[in-house]
Amino acid sequence: MQLSTIAWITLVIPLIAAALILLVTRANKPLAAGLAILSVLIAFIGSWFIFWHGVNADYLGFDWINLGKTFSIPFSLLIDPLSRTMFVVVTTVALLVFIYSIGYMRDEEGYSRYFAGLALFLFSMLGIVLANNLVMMYIFWELVGVSSYILIGHFYTKDSAADAAKQAFIVNRVGDFGFLLGILLFWISTGTFLISPLNSSAGLFVEHPGLLALACVLIFCGTVGKSSQFPLHVWLPNSMEGPTPVSSLLHAATMVAAGVFLLARIFPILSTSPQACEIVAWIGAISATGAGFIAIQQDDIKRILAYSTISQLGYMVAAAGLAVSAALPMFHLFTHAFFKCLLFLTAGSVIVGMHHEQNIWKMGGLMKKMPFTFLAYCCGMLALSGCPFFSGHYSKDLIMACSWEHHRAIFWVLVIGAALTPFYMTRQALVVFFGKPRSEHSEKAHESPWVMVVPMLLLAVPAVCAGYPVVKNFFFKDIGSLAEPEIPPYVDQVFLAAFLLGILGAFAIYRNVAKDPLRIPFFAQRFYLDDLYDWIVRVIQGGFARICSFVDRWFIDGILVRGSATLVWSIGFALRFLQLGNIQAYAFFFGAGVIGLIYLILNVR
Amino acid sequence: MSPLLLLILLPLAASLLIMVGANPRRTALGAALLNLVLSVLLFARYDLHAGGWQFVSEWHVLPNLGINLSLGADGLSLTMLLLSTLVTFSALWIAPRIEKREGLYYICLLFISAGVIGAFSTLDVFFLYSFHELALIPTFILIGVWGSGDRQAAAWKATIYLGAASFVLLVGLIALYLSLPSGIRTFDLRQLDQLAAAGTFHPASWIYLLLLVGFGTLVSLFPFHSWAPPAYACAPTPAAMLHSGVLKKFGLYGLIRICLPLFPEAMQQFSLLLVLMLIGNILYIGYVTVAQKRLDWTIGYSSVMHMGYIFLGLASLTVIGVHGAALLMFAHGLSVAAAFALCGEIRRRTGTLDYSELGGIGKVTPVLGLLFGFAAMASVGLPGFANFAGEILVFFGATFSSIYGPAMILAVIVGVWGVVVSAIYMLRAYRSVFWGPIAARWETLTDITPTAKWSVILLLVPLMIAGFYPQFILNMVGTIIPR
Repeated sequence: MQLSTIAWITLVIPLIAAALILLVTRANKPLAAGLAILSVLIAFIGSWFIFWHGVNADYLGFDWINLGKTFSIPFSLLIDPLSRTMFVVVTTVALLVFIYSIGYMRDEEGYSRYFAGLALFLFSMLGIVLANNLVMMYIFWELVGVSSYILIGHFYTKDSAADAAKQAFIVNRVGDFGFLLGILLFWISTGTFLISPLNSSAGLFVEHPGLLALACVLIFCGTVGKSSQFPLHVWLPNSMEGPTPVSSLLHAATMVAAGVFLLARIFPILSTSPQACEIVAWIGAISATGAGFIAIQQDDIKRILAYSTISQLGYMVAAAGLAVSAALPMFHLFTHAFFKCLLFLTAGSVIVGMHHEQNIWKMGGLMKKMPFTFLAYCCGMLALSGCPFFSGHYSKDLIMACSWEHHRAIFWVLVIGAALTPFYMTRQALVVFFGKPRSEHSEKAHESPWVMVVPMLLLAVPAVCAGYPVVKNFFFKDIGSLAEPEIPPYVDQVFLAAFLLGILGAFAIYRNVAKDPLRIPFFAQRFYLDDLYDWIVRVIQGGFARICSFVDRWFIDGILVRGSATLVWSIGFALRFLQLGNIQAYAFFFGAGVIGLIYLILNVR
Repeated sequence: MSPLLLLILLPLAASLLIMVGANPRRTALGAALLNLVLSVLLFARYDLHAGGWQFVSEWHVLPNLGINLSLGADGLSLTMLLLSTLVTFSALWIAPRIEKREGLYYICLLFISAGVIGAFSTLDVFFLYSFHELALIPTFILIGVWGSGDRQAAAWKATIYLGAASFVLLVGLIALYLSLPSGIRTFDLRQLDQLAAAGTFHPASWIYLLLLVGFGTLVSLFPFHSWAPPAYACAPTPAAMLHSGVLKKFGLYGLIRICLPLFPEAMQQFSLLLVLMLIGNILYIGYVTVAQKRLDWTIGYSSVMHMGYIFLGLASLTVIGVHGAALLMFAHGLSVAAAFALCGEIRRRTGTLDYSELGGIGKVTPVLGLLFGFAAMASVGLPGFANFAGEILVFFGATFSSIYGPAMILAVIVGVWGVVVSAIYMLRAYRSVFWGPIAARWETLTDITPTAKWSVILLLVPLMIAGFYPQFILNMVGTIIPR
């Protein structure tokens, strides 16, 4: 079989699985799960096969739209070092999460619907990874949006889940507004939306740096929406209403990282626009640190992780904005995919063990009751915190080292974030796993079934090792340079100090406490941004809509219609005197029709 | 016999049979099914390589005035014919049991069908107009007799409004006719196109304005749209499906057929006007839709809003944009018909479409919920549905012509923002009706019947085929552009 065939099969199989589950096997739970897992297994094998072969190719499928010479939108798979690495990351994480889901969703309603949604998601995500042009990417971008909507709204009879799903979709669409405009702007200025020619089109913009910056920033809007960056970050914490494996796969490891992948995709052209990079870097840095502040005052185990995801995505976005190398954000994306996915899986295990209690202040002392979960959690938590010898340490420190070299202000903002991460993670670890049980549920907590534990332990391995030089070299040597910049030794000590400060600070405050000793409403209330957006939607948008509706009912319909009706009838009255002979022919037919109609109305049953 | 004439005559013959006592429902469905099969065959048999008008036949009616019943179809006509027969069959199939004058009910629906089929397959401007009238009058009767809510008022409003629009249109068409030199006056589209292409025929641009207002009102172009939402809200389900899905496309079809070839300069000259009006459709009507509190009004206004995209494609005056507009006509016809069909199913079960009273019914009507989800996502412009393919082409077309002026740039920005707005109202509708906790009084609702289910699937399947592979429609539409 040719590699192109394998690549296409890998992409399409999950869609077929989703359709089959929806149309045929909805009643049969094990078969539905089996089909989904079979599809991800095939994708997994296919992706590693393609990775192993290490080919670079553009596999043309067909012209999705072809209007002759004027315009066409091809569907084609671009296999290059970047998409190969992303390909294996997505399928590997997805495989483990799919398997874990069997255990997690065992007693939930809508089991088959859930697996159909996961399969649809996998299809859409692989489409983003493999797309060779921005329009195709946008298509799959929208499709991940809808799979995310379906999966967040899985428990749709709950108001909170229904609202969260709707919000996620709409906020993403706000980002996509910019993304699509960016695609159109690039197309009208360069004549293409194919990724490779676009990336080498910098020469066309030499005279118009502002246009290039605008186009890049518009595309970046897509990232801001999908990767939940400030100011469109509000949907991600609410998306935690979805089942935990969904939070793990979509809203931590892969889908939200698609925004970063997009930046890496257009990196060659993006990096030629210093203005755009400046904006990208600052949005990333603000998100990285801002979300860190919010995370230290959250009480829901999943929401803490959600804010930490925003924060880590912020590091990746900032890394892209440093314009050093496409490999820099991708390296952190790579390690983060494993450890954050792992953290969510352990959180899910805790939630199942706690009978769906998610407030960390109802937990406590779970270490002894859930030893495997605890072990896996520690791997993930240390990796996220940037502990030496764990994966996150390598990728995050590299970003900060580069920021020291290229953008000193961003560096200091990121260092603050780097101290916050170990602080809120240690807080979570201490409250959840140490101390005394704080509720009945935590006293009766139990370890999860093996089908959940095994994927967690398997993920713990890359969560620890994914940053080691040999792994880094294996996955990133062709994407771009990941050389350590020359930094003075005291900068390294700043990193270590930030890490220790966070951990020790959390130990000092949160060891053996029953309630949260810190009370910072500004952080706990998420900077009041959610309330502000709520107000904008309700008052500004709602008000505007009501005004439009009022105008439509009373002005357009009331005055204009009656006015124009009068006008038209008077024209008609005037025309009657003009004796246009041809109207008579019309009148004859019209009259005949009316007579026929009247006959019908009177004579039919 | 000409296959196109057969398409027109079958519904009329079925009406005749019903009049003399045949079973109304079975007869109507039989004719609609035959028509559907026939139009699929014609669609498949059309020779794309040859292009142009095919299946042409002619009967002289009033030769001294240049009025002939000439039938013929190109790719665009056949696309619209396919849409018409699909929606007709689905609408007749989903029609509920009628207690009051069942025969007349089906005859009205069949007349609409015959009218739109005639309008889409004639080559003569006079008959184009007359067939549309033939379809319009039964719509008013359907609303007035079998409608719900304030049906009399809605029927009268639509009648007067659309009657006035038709009159403006008629004046425009006659003026067009009279502006030809007296020796070669004709209503024949082929001859008109030839005259225009040869540069010998330059109708005055005020005629274009009359046609724009006439056709535009029929398509609910802002600010001539306010007849549409109440008419759809009050109309019986099949009438709403047929009118919003098919009959309303007549105005757009007329613009493509008559104005694009005959008034290239006038369309350029007045493009700012059209752009401003369509911005009204997308942005202003978009937000009016957001403010609606009932499902039928939401869908009605959303259908007004989506006309803005089709106008945007036409206003771009580019090959890409016109292709997108035509694809959107097909896509919107199917998706809005499906939405009204399901809306009617909900109303028959609950008796209300108020968001404040509904909620959570997806739990007891999962299939209805799933199908409505598909229709809603199509309307939101999700990839996989033809609506997306049409919209993206419209955006590309409009972007292409945005180099000519800032109004078009504004229209592109507004259009892309409209995609957000349609997500806002459609997802809210879905959330308010199907999601959330279910009220006790809806616990006993029954799910959709197999008949209704399959008649909606009949609309959704071609919508998704055209969404996955839009090329099969676009190839057909391409035949309207002379090589």
